[in-house]
Amino acid sequence: MSRLEWQVATVEAVVPETPRVKTFVLRLPRWQPHRAGQHYTLRLTAPDGYQAQRSYSVASPPEQTGQIALTVELIEEGEVSGYLFEGVEPGDQLEVRGPIGGYFVWEATPQAGPLLLVAGGAGVVPLMAMLRHRQHAGVHNPTVLLYSVRAPEDVIYHRELLAMAATDATFTLLLTYTRHAPAGWTGYQRRPDAAMLAEAARRLPAPPDCFICGPTGLVEATASYLAAQGISSEAIRTERFGPGS
Amino acid sequence: MQNSFFNRGFQRKRPASQHVLPPGQYETQDFPVLSAGPTPRIGTTKWALGLDGLVTNPQQWSWAEFNALPQQEFTVDIHCVTQWSKFGTQWRGVSLDTLLALAGPTPEARYVMAHCYGGYTTNLPLADLLGGKAFIGLQYDGQPLAPDHGGPARLVVPHLYFWKSAKWVQRLELRAEDAPGFWERAGYSMYGDPWKEQRYLDDDEDLAAGTR
Repeated sequence: MSRLEWQVATVEAVVPETPRVKTFVLRLPRWQPHRAGQHYTLRLTAPDGYQAQRSYSVASPPEQTGQIALTVELIEEGEVSGYLFEGVEPGDQLEVRGPIGGYFVWEATPQAGPLLLVAGGAGVVPLMAMLRHRQHAGVHNPTVLLYSVRAPEDVIYHRELLAMAATDATFTLLLTYTRHAPAGWTGYQRRPDAAMLAEAARRLPAPPDCFICGPTGLVEATASYLAAQGISSEAIRTERFGPGS
Repeated sequence: MQNSFFNRGFQRKRPASQHVLPPGQYETQDFPVLSAGPTPRIGTTKWALGLDGLVTNPQQWSWAEFNALPQQEFTVDIHCVTQWSKFGTQWRGVSLDTLLALAGPTPEARYVMAHCYGGYTTNLPLADLLGGKAFIGLQYDGQPLAPDHGGPARLVVPHLYFWKSAKWVQRLELRAEDAPGFWERAGYSMYGDPWKEQRYLDDDEDLAAGTR
């Protein structure tokens, strides 16, 4: 693997995604292709030398050369996310190190089998990198994204996902709203449960490779439901956001 | 490697930890869960722990046998490679010194591969499991260890990054040569010393080359 060294990236754009989520598009002087699902570590340094590091998933696909897009959720009392939200504008510089992580990754190959992606909240970010990578590569393996959010304003990448679903018959978007659904919504309105996971898997022609990312509760429950449906545990990959970050 | 880079307007927001933190870490009061796949559910009737490889007396304990071994209380600080540290965690378990004394490592034994229910593996030097530095945790905070935290039993090696503290441990294999486990094959450090910020294989190389 290539060396992981700190580099000073330049912020090219800041894109508001939801009231609590922004995407930071960074230009890297020493960009290297990442694998969809990998993350970068971002380090902030105060004038007095105090440093804080956090890891953020890359949302952009490896085909977007020279740049990475990091989608960041504002965490209450978040030292790093708070600074990024308040203080960072295009032209600013940020130190990053990556790409990191060799397990929660997906490659768009012509042989790729069915794919089941399950996201809770900002857990959609690494899965979006996989979907964008899949789209860029022109791969049409049957794919379902089951995406759990609290309310309509919390859906990250909403337009892009709707457009992807509308133009690609091999991609299905399943949203579930756990607190408030939009007016007239006829889809899911509950936390992902065994029945919902079974329905998602039934949309795929064969047992899928599964990637689950979100809060611990959702990830634990979803991984258990899928394992209970007979999907082998090697085919279920998880990434969690613990509290306290 | 220090440089002059800083982020304008950034300052410490979290209260300074009353503890000394390893570089790049922050303190959490929670106990985040991290694992790569579904949580294995291992009933204690089916559970067993083996200690084998380069030992003179290979061991295999059932749940009842293992719980009959001498147990101790441990209060330790833990450091996860995902940047959180948690101080003063309270455990009850069996010291690796106890287990290794029963098995008797041969003179050639220098490394340990921990094998887990669910297929996870991680590698450690044998010396890091000796001298009161490591234990098999059975209780956390006065309660049986929960499955998502590695229950019914996990390895705890608090002086290394916490991925080395293998959850759902099933077998400890003593070896002459080191070999990468699950995360190590994915680019993480072969050793994982939080105080040297040895997160990735690159950090191992930098430390070995003396460039850091």
